[in-house]
Amino acid sequence: MGNLLEHMGIERDRVHFSWISSAEATKFVDVVKEISDKVKALGPNKKFVKDYN
Amino acid sequence: MNTCIEKIRELSADLLEKGEVVKVIGYAKGTIPMATCPIAIQSKQDVEKLVFNSTCGLNLANYARKDKGKIAIVAKGCDSRNIITHIVENQIQRDQIYIIGVPCSGMVDKNKIAALFEDEIIEFEEDGDTLNVSSSSQTQSLKKQDYLKGNCQYCTHKNPVVYDVLAADLVEEQTLENLFPDVDQIEALDEEAKWQHFENLTKNCIRCYACRNACPLCYCPVCFVDESNPQWVGKGQNKTDVNTFHFLRAFHCAGRCTDCGACVEACPVGINVRDFTRKLNKDTFDLFGWEAGLDLTKRPPLDTYNPEDPDDFIK
Repeated sequence: MGNLLEHMGIERDRVHFSWISSAEATKFVDVVKEISDKVKALGPNKKFVKDYN
Repeated sequence: MNTCIEKIRELSADLLEKGEVVKVIGYAKGTIPMATCPIAIQSKQDVEKLVFNSTCGLNLANYARKDKGKIAIVAKGCDSRNIITHIVENQIQRDQIYIIGVPCSGMVDKNKIAALFEDEIIEFEEDGDTLNVSSSSQTQSLKKQDYLKGNCQYCTHKNPVVYDVLAADLVEEQTLENLFPDVDQIEALDEEAKWQHFENLTKNCIRCYACRNACPLCYCPVCFVDESNPQWVGKGQNKTDVNTFHFLRAFHCAGRCTDCGACVEACPVGINVRDFTRKLNKDTFDLFGWEAGLDLTKRPPLDTYNPEDPDDFIK
């Protein structure tokens, strides 16, 4: 799915996949930090956004 | 390819007369030139209605589901692969279906031919590898090889994969160095250009769902786009909804699509829907070495788990 999104021009760092057990609190924190850093670096998403106006 | 129609008719008449099948699904002449439509024939007298030529771009496997009694079906390479997919996905049993295999030399791209003429095409005839196409103002003689549908150009399974009987001699399969040059072309673009490519691709989409209806894979009783509770996707012409439809439909076909091109054939506005599905075909081929509809004993890759499955996308 990530590949097809990338193929359509959605940045690779925009979508993340992870498997985290409910017992892995530190992994959760690490992954969320990494995701938010990467997404912040990309800036606001303009693709696949529905304009209601 | 015109010669095999006599054989198809003969086989169909025989099957219907002996009562081995209750109906034969094949192609009939369309209501406009350069078009064919699916037809189900139930009596021997009607076999004359069957045709087979280079405009049979639809996929008959789409009409072979959940039928009572044994049916015969005319199947090109791609149709036969979709019949296998149906059997694997439990949509039909192998012994319920009698496959009249037709080795295929490719179907023609009607939009490409129509673009050569300023006025409407009124006659289309085939003579071996030559196509004689006429409009009211001019007649052109074309080489079929130059006007093949996109999926037929890259087809490596022209011969039916399974069949009970063949209507013609098997044809030689082509071997391609690169199975997906069209996907590579899009992949080479940068992000913005890719996005623009798909925005342009779907900009004329009228959400008629002809692609979905022509697709043998799209057999869900209620499609996600028709569902209203919950409503997964807006039903209007908003371009995000249009793209969401195409993106998700393609993903539902991941690892199942045989690249038969029925979606493109059915599209009234000429969208190359395959730009979406081809990427997934390439991915399943690269990641799992999988091509859909070749083996009755194997489950599709997205349907099975193997510890060796690639998982480098997951953290």
